[in-house]
Amino acid sequence: MRIVETDVVVIGGGGAGLRAAIAVAMRDPATRVALVSKVVPMRSHTVAAEGGAAGVVRADDTLDNHFNDTVSGGDWLCDQDVVDYFVAHCAEEMIQLEHWGCPWSRHEDGSINVRFFGGMKVQRTWFAADRSGFHLLHTLFQTSHKYPSIQRHDEHFCVDLIVEDGRVTGALAIEIATGEFTLFLCRAVVLATGGAGRVYRQNTNAGIVTGEGMGLAYRHGAALRDMEFVQWHPTCLPGTGILMTEACRGEGAILTNKDGYRYLQDYGLGPLDPWPRAKAMELGPRDRLSQAFWHEDKKGRTVQTPQGSAVNLDLRHMGAEKILARLPLITHAARTFAGVDPVEQPIPVRPAVHYTMGGVAADMRCATEIAGLFAAGECSSVGIHGANRLGSNSLAETVVFGKVAGESAAEFARGAGGADLARAQDRARQAADRALGLLAAPKGERVAAIRGEMMDAMEEGVGLYRTQEGADGACRKIADLRARYRDGVKLDDANRAFNTEWLSAIELGMMLEVAQAMAHSAAWRKESRGAHQRLDAAERDDEAFLVHTLARRNGDGAPVIVSSPVTITKSPPRSRVYGGEGKQAQLT
Amino acid sequence: MSERRIRIEGLRYNPEKDTQPRLQTYDVPFTDDMSLLQGMQYIKDHLDGSFTFRWSCRMAICGSCGIMVNGNPRLSCETFLRDLLPGPVRVEPLENFPIQRDLAVDQGRFVDTLASVKPYVVPAQEKPLSAGPHRQTPEQLAAYYQYSQCINCLLCYAACPQVGLNEHFVGPAALTLLHRYNADSRDVGWSARADVANSEGGVWGCTLVGYCSQVCPKAVDPAHAINQNKAKSALDYFGLRSLLGGAR
Repeated sequence: MRIVETDVVVIGGGGAGLRAAIAVAMRDPATRVALVSKVVPMRSHTVAAEGGAAGVVRADDTLDNHFNDTVSGGDWLCDQDVVDYFVAHCAEEMIQLEHWGCPWSRHEDGSINVRFFGGMKVQRTWFAADRSGFHLLHTLFQTSHKYPSIQRHDEHFCVDLIVEDGRVTGALAIEIATGEFTLFLCRAVVLATGGAGRVYRQNTNAGIVTGEGMGLAYRHGAALRDMEFVQWHPTCLPGTGILMTEACRGEGAILTNKDGYRYLQDYGLGPLDPWPRAKAMELGPRDRLSQAFWHEDKKGRTVQTPQGSAVNLDLRHMGAEKILARLPLITHAARTFAGVDPVEQPIPVRPAVHYTMGGVAADMRCATEIAGLFAAGECSSVGIHGANRLGSNSLAETVVFGKVAGESAAEFARGAGGADLARAQDRARQAADRALGLLAAPKGERVAAIRGEMMDAMEEGVGLYRTQEGADGACRKIADLRARYRDGVKLDDANRAFNTEWLSAIELGMMLEVAQAMAHSAAWRKESRGAHQRLDAAERDDEAFLVHTLARRNGDGAPVIVSSPVTITKSPPRSRVYGGEGKQAQLT
Repeated sequence: MSERRIRIEGLRYNPEKDTQPRLQTYDVPFTDDMSLLQGMQYIKDHLDGSFTFRWSCRMAICGSCGIMVNGNPRLSCETFLRDLLPGPVRVEPLENFPIQRDLAVDQGRFVDTLASVKPYVVPAQEKPLSAGPHRQTPEQLAAYYQYSQCINCLLCYAACPQVGLNEHFVGPAALTLLHRYNADSRDVGWSARADVANSEGGVWGCTLVGYCSQVCPKAVDPAHAINQNKAKSALDYFGLRSLLGGAR
């Protein structure tokens, strides 16, 4: 087993991980950073974010606007002290990215242009055409080469954390090319491993978005918070789930049903005119739009495609020039993957799983319940998204809290002692043996079989609309799948070198546990709030459920679900209203 | 309707066991909307879990899934089985890279050279965040924007004969990145990058075959990026860089 001694280990090389690593390096070049990622960082899923990142910059916008849009967008389940910190630091991170070379789109005079997103009172989305995540990620990845204290360990798959006496002292990873183990000994760890969308079948997420970071922390006793809140993005290609960015609507696209009718006006987002206007119709929040699709589908007013029902995302009135300039990736993706030219035809779209609002519970400094373990980005729950994330807040979150996590970890590392080598090696050997046990299993089921049943169970029982019966059914099914997984998965491939079947078996073990936390949290929350909609409890219930959900692992059994308070500072819960009267907005 | 199938011939190589690569044949059911990547995933999930290849985003932006398809460098996610009828479809690892296993190649040739081109803004003067963003007009943005679109998929390395012949050649994507920063109005790093650009393995390593630009899935045009720098490099050689104007 190779041993790498370092100060801070960052697991994950997407937006949050890279920003964390750079933050450590900028704070003190003498602090060693090991950036451990299962892919080369520029392959990370941040790359697929399209629309942009929020940051108050216009003279007619305020931090209070961003705060209020975020808190009402999250149906008041946001921790308001953390939201305050977040909105106050978004713009400076966007400027930092600009200084590092990010090609943000501009006005004619060379100043930054910003666009509308759903649920936004004033335009505040910084964008680089519709490849904003791609540019953000590549800018961070390329900039990271400036800092020699960042040592990258690309294509290293993290299988366990080393935790001694409640403090993290290392991480164990498989070097994918050889299948050999590397033990990283450190003083602090930043988890920046992204979401868990792939526990569902139809989603926008890349194949690597399998939630191990959540699983790693959860297995060591950290709580997963608000896991029932899963965001369905309303506009994705049927079948593949490929994302058609919200920026389409931010630039003026409309949604129609099979009769060409703008159906959102029937679901609390109207009236139609004047159009466009902020926080109304197609500029409503994602949860409401996805839910409207569900009802429209039930009414039989959707378009039928070979890959399932859909509605029309219509960009045509924007004209070819604007479509190609502002939405080049979407144009290419629609032509390639849907065979539709958005200049000529509407794009068929439907909701698909996009984002996990919940994650490893962390405070405003990104500290988790495990000493020395920090979390940032989609794998974390620092408390800004509540029950429904506002579009443009996730890219902003990766950099704002990536930086915080890096600085917190660097600070912690400075005051912490090193690992006990013998104990750490002992733990690492046990973890390695468990992983190797999967390679040697003599009999069992295929990874794809168990994974497929998990995805179907989640779609069915913990979907866009839930019931007690459905969620309980998913809980039972996932428990059964965990038992089958323990009984054995049989790999075709018993080799060590570049064995991606082995890695997917390890991923599956953690996905099942994360899926179980989601299902049990959904079964526990007997109300409807944001992205968690219960047909058998249709109203929001602030008396009983204005609380976070905490899921704690309980061995091979069902997780224990408890609640924790939500921090409310200046915005007491109100009813969440979109649509209504308003003045016409100027799209930028 | 009877199920349609297409034959996929995959190159197999396991460093722990094989002395030579070999081809293995799989028959895969398909529908018209299926990508080659989805066909390969079918093999992995249902026929042979040991068949090894990289993929992630499946929407042509992460750059993971580049392979040779019937001898041409392609992204498997945006190559469709319907366009490869009647088959068989041969899938092999990208040319000009050592094989790690099956279709997965060692990407070090690109990744390890990145630092040498200083792929970050070298500013004339560090500017505090409180000073706000730089102004950069759409025209200034356009000067480098195309070259910032590279997804590092390495198809151009598989296409480039010089990558195969000259181990010192920095390579099309890395040199394009060098040009991307040189062409950025916020950057004054040309001289810091000149050693690499002007070296034997730099822009002069390119013999202007231009196949890199043909296979690029993002129309980045590495050949153009590299050859713009030949002019600059030549002027550098004669000490006439000031002819191009400005401090850069």
